[in-house]
Amino acid sequence: MIALTTRKGRRVPAAQMVFSALGLAIGGLMLLPLAYLVMRASEADLATVQSLLMRPRTLQMMLNTAALVAGVLVVCTAIALPLAWLVSRTDLKGRRIVNVLAVMPLAVPGYVMAYALIGLGGHYGFLNQVFGYRMPMPQGWWGATLALSLYTFSYLYLNLRAAFAGLDQSLEEAARALGATPREVFFRVTLPHLLPAMMAGWLVVGLYVIGDFGAVALMRYEVFSYAIYIQYSAAFDRVYAAWLALILISVALSVVWLESRLREGAHYARTGSGTGARPRRTQLSPTGHVLGWAFVVVVVLGSLGLPLSVLTFWMTRSIDSGALLSAALPDLLRAFGQSLSVAVPSALAAAAMALPVAVLAVRYPSPMSTFINRLAFVGYAVPALAFALAFVFFALQGARWLYQTHLLLVTVYALSFLALALGPIRSALYQARPSVEESARALGHGPASVFWRVTLPTIRPGLVAGMVLVFVVAMKELPIAFLLAPTGFRPLSITMFTRTSEGMLLEAAPYAAAIIVFSALFVGFVLRHDRKAGDER
Amino acid sequence: MNDLPKTLTFKMPAEASPLGYRQKPARPLLEVNRLRKHFPHAEAAAVERVSLSLGEGELMALLGPSGCGKTTTLRMIGGFEPPDEGSITLAGRDITGLPPEQRGIGFVFQDYALFPHLNVLENVKFGLRGMSRKQADARACEMLKLVGLEDLASRKPHQLSGGQQQRVALARSLAVGPKLILLDEPFSNLDAKMRVETRQEVRKLLKSTGAAGILVTHDQEEALAMADRIAVMDKGRVVQIGTPDEIYRNPATAFVANFIGRSNILTGTASGMNVQTAFGNLPLSRAANGAVNLAVRPEQIMLEPDPAGPAVITGREFRGHDQIYWVQEGDRCMIVISGPGAEHGIGTKVRLRICDCVVPLA
Repeated sequence: MIALTTRKGRRVPAAQMVFSALGLAIGGLMLLPLAYLVMRASEADLATVQSLLMRPRTLQMMLNTAALVAGVLVVCTAIALPLAWLVSRTDLKGRRIVNVLAVMPLAVPGYVMAYALIGLGGHYGFLNQVFGYRMPMPQGWWGATLALSLYTFSYLYLNLRAAFAGLDQSLEEAARALGATPREVFFRVTLPHLLPAMMAGWLVVGLYVIGDFGAVALMRYEVFSYAIYIQYSAAFDRVYAAWLALILISVALSVVWLESRLREGAHYARTGSGTGARPRRTQLSPTGHVLGWAFVVVVVLGSLGLPLSVLTFWMTRSIDSGALLSAALPDLLRAFGQSLSVAVPSALAAAAMALPVAVLAVRYPSPMSTFINRLAFVGYAVPALAFALAFVFFALQGARWLYQTHLLLVTVYALSFLALALGPIRSALYQARPSVEESARALGHGPASVFWRVTLPTIRPGLVAGMVLVFVVAMKELPIAFLLAPTGFRPLSITMFTRTSEGMLLEAAPYAAAIIVFSALFVGFVLRHDRKAGDER
Repeated sequence: MNDLPKTLTFKMPAEASPLGYRQKPARPLLEVNRLRKHFPHAEAAAVERVSLSLGEGELMALLGPSGCGKTTTLRMIGGFEPPDEGSITLAGRDITGLPPEQRGIGFVFQDYALFPHLNVLENVKFGLRGMSRKQADARACEMLKLVGLEDLASRKPHQLSGGQQQRVALARSLAVGPKLILLDEPFSNLDAKMRVETRQEVRKLLKSTGAAGILVTHDQEEALAMADRIAVMDKGRVVQIGTPDEIYRNPATAFVANFIGRSNILTGTASGMNVQTAFGNLPLSRAANGAVNLAVRPEQIMLEPDPAGPAVITGREFRGHDQIYWVQEGDRCMIVISGPGAEHGIGTKVRLRICDCVVPLA
């Protein structure tokens, strides 16, 4: 067998060497720009750093970030927990539809939600024009909190619903048999068991909020990404921007660390053998049905009705809006084409990078492969704006020829969304049994032939799923495109964002609509996968 | 086991050693020499100096409890695990360091490992390289006919039953024309009835193609029914190799005596071909001297009701064609199998008599 022998005498297959080398190269690519960020930040002398970090504004932004994360998590939980309970633990009529409605808000990017809220208030706003009520312009903390909560709650909902479905009913019944009331059971048994899923959901939402840029920028709420944006677009102080990015990264990483620490202490897996009983549904009374649906309607009005009606309102507001829209069509198509031109290669590149990383994790588990898989998540955990800024510094200093090229933008997308592609590819590999590959070897095929003729065809659905996920997310991506766009590159997201921030709500509407339609595809895809997973269960 | 004779007249094959190690096939196809494998982080070696040799067209069973190293041994022969020490020779060629695809050994996996993206015919054709498409099609069809699945050639694996999938896996391995085929627990995913039917089919199939086979199993009944010879493994070592008949009648150790069928273990003092026991002076199946442990099969014990007898029946299990009795004699509990006929209730006083030669254990 082609193999290398380590010092301890263990033989390492050649394939593992190749995949490890590829994985390390990808991990290096992920870390290298961050080194440039640190380098740039360390150019400042101690006094400057002190004055940068100790200024009251930094502290204010830190508090603002904490307040925003806390606000969004509270609102998200208040929406997602009852929704998940209604769908998975009650006999609410039409809960399949509620399930789709609860996931659909993922189609609305944060900056579009912010656009919808802004388009709601003010003199020319939807509310004043249609209902004659002049709502103050939403902005600042509550504007950003609302804009972010109204679509991120879906991530928490998906986690909680899975946890509700996986809950072992006999635990709750055992608690009842021991004399606990239903209320006590919920708080002392059910809720503690939901906690790991809740924390995982909070982590996803928290990272989104910390990394978000579109919504906070439109709401003019002073957090780190907004400050980086100001530094970048107006007063470009590189050292200050680098320090802001480093703070942003450390905030994100400490959230990841905190979540993993909290989860470590919790052990809630079922300890018995056999499969747990499926939870029984609570029978809702007629009043319960009315209350349940009232809650659903309020949530859906806010999360889906709001952006859709505001968009429709702005697109049909003026008498000649039809003519305006058809005049905007060529530019809309151009923006769409430019979005495509980056999203397609990004999806291919992300899947190509995820493949060796996934193979390492599944087929050759070792400390090295664990390390490489951790590295693959750096691009996901590091807030997009900071990640993009690191690549700006890297290109300006280390590879001038890369600066403002499509190649760089595609690379950064691929690295940033690597983790998204990794999930489905890895689970497809887990399902592909190694004995299938081994029997191909026994039938006379070499490792390369087996990989090409057996492994790749078996994991094709996972590869496609990974690529589709990256593709659709790259279509609506804003902050990385904002910092790394080549000259003349104005995809859907940037066009929509700049027009909204200049107050041109009518002109922004068609772009927002295009993004929503595209993101809806993404959600449809998630739901399809979701249903498949549900069937297998 | 009901087809085994109730009373045994034991004869030793003249040339055989009690442990069977010296038995070597006239023309060895496969020789496995002192194979050893110690997985990292494991306390003990999974396989400890295992030696085997296999004749052409011979079918051998590697039999042992789970975790005894039988699958690891098979995977080393197949080329899927590199051995730490030892060598493997196939048809006179050292294949120890060869990758699996260069060994020309067929492997049938426990889960059949059919390629889910290919149909039945494509699965069987997968290993047929270096021949024209037409030739490959013809060969694959021939193999499918051999296993009786020519009508299902265009089905996908998930549309087949477990038994059909297993036959496709066999056809796929046999199509390449290997001299040796390795089968890893090939019947464990079939239900009990299918298992009994399939094992004779598989044995016939292998014999008809002339391929030698090594079958890994933890089911002693399967090993006794299928194999020409059985290698019993325990804790990474081969403890006995022999024909099913030898292994059953002349177990080498207490482990073998209890793993294949059931045995009562007695103690005694042997001198030559005789042994003195609590049941009197008994003939031995092979010569021994000094204090020995002895294996007595339950069907070698006669049970006679005797109101003054020293033993009492404490348990009974009716099995249709025969009955199992648990008999307490002093501080010893014996298992006795007796044929149909007189039935004795629990509490009956009995006398036990051993009516055959007993086996001294290593």
